[in-house]
Amino acid sequence: MENNENNQIIITVTGKDKVGIVSSVSNSLAEHKVNIEDIKQTIMQDNFVMIMLCNIEKMEVSFKEFKDDILKLSDELGMEIWVQKKEIFDKMHTI
Amino acid sequence: MNTNFNQKQILETIRMIKIHHLDIRTTTLSLSLRDCCSNDTKKTAAKIYDKIIKYASNLVKFANEIENEYSIPIVNKRIALTPISLIGESCDDVDYVYIAKAIDKAGSEVGVDFIGGFSALVDKGFTKGDLRFFEQIPEALAQTNKLCSSVNLGTSKAGVNMDAVLKTADVIKKTAELTKDNDSIGAAKFVCFCNAVTDNPFMAGAFCGINEAECALNIGVSGPGVVSSAIEQLDKTADFGEVANIIKKMAFKITTTGELIGRRLAKKLNIPFGVIDLSLAPTPLRGDSVAEIFKAMGLEHAGAHGTTMALAMLNDAVKKGGIMASSYVGGLSGAFIPVSEDAGMIEAAKIGSLTIDKLEAMTSVCSVGLDMIAISGDTPNSTIAGIIADEMAIGMINKKTTAVRIIPVIGKKEGEVAEFGGLLGSAPIMKVNSYSSEVFVNRGGRVPAPLHSLNN
Repeated sequence: MENNENNQIIITVTGKDKVGIVSSVSNSLAEHKVNIEDIKQTIMQDNFVMIMLCNIEKMEVSFKEFKDDILKLSDELGMEIWVQKKEIFDKMHTI
Repeated sequence: MNTNFNQKQILETIRMIKIHHLDIRTTTLSLSLRDCCSNDTKKTAAKIYDKIIKYASNLVKFANEIENEYSIPIVNKRIALTPISLIGESCDDVDYVYIAKAIDKAGSEVGVDFIGGFSALVDKGFTKGDLRFFEQIPEALAQTNKLCSSVNLGTSKAGVNMDAVLKTADVIKKTAELTKDNDSIGAAKFVCFCNAVTDNPFMAGAFCGINEAECALNIGVSGPGVVSSAIEQLDKTADFGEVANIIKKMAFKITTTGELIGRRLAKKLNIPFGVIDLSLAPTPLRGDSVAEIFKAMGLEHAGAHGTTMALAMLNDAVKKGGIMASSYVGGLSGAFIPVSEDAGMIEAAKIGSLTIDKLEAMTSVCSVGLDMIAISGDTPNSTIAGIIADEMAIGMINKKTTAVRIIPVIGKKEGEVAEFGGLLGSAPIMKVNSYSSEVFVNRGGRVPAPLHSLNN
């Protein structure tokens, strides 16, 4: 994939807090050669919320294959995971 | 590289998509068929079929890919063609039903949800081909699944072709009869306009105007749930300035998203981006309703006194907010008020808060017109023509697009409900005025173009 801002994605993980969420997600990202550029994690109304800024520049599979794997992981973890190109947030919230 | 991200904004976007049903309602490929004319029906139909396959074969696949990358639903993929009355007219003994079936087959082949442009522009008069076209619309709609048809009956510049108004009422009734086994659904795929626009991405009225380019991708966005939830969060005493402001902000967010998706898809398809339609289009899902916006503003139900003002303000604020978000705005742009496609409107019609008369008043300030209204199947054609004439008058005088998509449900009467399914929803049969319009609509001819000064 070419190196531009379009390679930046946001992964949002929400659900009930438990042991091993961060490590499971980051392991899967590493397996796909997806680089984590920033992470913010909080507890909101008893819910675990983690937002990761990642770069898929070096990813070797298609976006769909990668996302399907992450969604499979979300079922295993019992967490809700959203994988989206970052561009949608930039466009929506800035003039 | 931009490494900033704002947690609140990300969660807001996800909430808009997940809870408030923000979606891209349609990505519509506008495709010119001006190079498909010939003197033979079969040859023309084959040219049209081949052109649709050539240009639209990747539309659904690429739209699905973009949908996945941004996690925002693209609800419908559609095609809008040059009005078929124009393309078929030069054929000897033209068979428009044959052409309709070829178009429908191409639509199924490329996997789109609807394909529009089975249309005629007769605001000033009929050609011989137009007359034949009108005769064949009901059969064409009855024998196809994805085909949508529209006719333009009037403009602010030319006046209204009242002969066409009467013929249109006949088309609606005949189409309803031919599809009576499915609650007359054929009539839900037909719409008549005053001041039809040439780049509208929404069905049933999308067509590729004769002034349009070879092809383009037009986008229709949606998100009434996003707007109603934002208004609900305001204090009940927030004044209209504040309400208008929050609508503008939400319209901006909805529109920038639509513009992004449209431009990405157009690039992938290697065709030009056309326009974005600044629209609030409901679906029958709870929480995806324009009527619920009226409730959030403080009206007990859609149709209560004050609804026309609420809609006027909503429509205007949507345009003001959206216009900043895109370079090319077009289509119908505004809030749609279809009855059967909006849970809140259905409820309001069922309890008697929303009547056809109130809807007619609302169409003077909404984006289009009387939309997806079910009436008794035994309504006289002249009454349907009267309803159309009134709606054309509002468009002609106010220089706005108005439309009628009305379904006389054969075999059903007031108090019953018509079921259309999917995005088309369900509709209670609404009461129409029982007094006759017979002599009036049979006068025929053309209502002269109105004066555009001395306004009152």
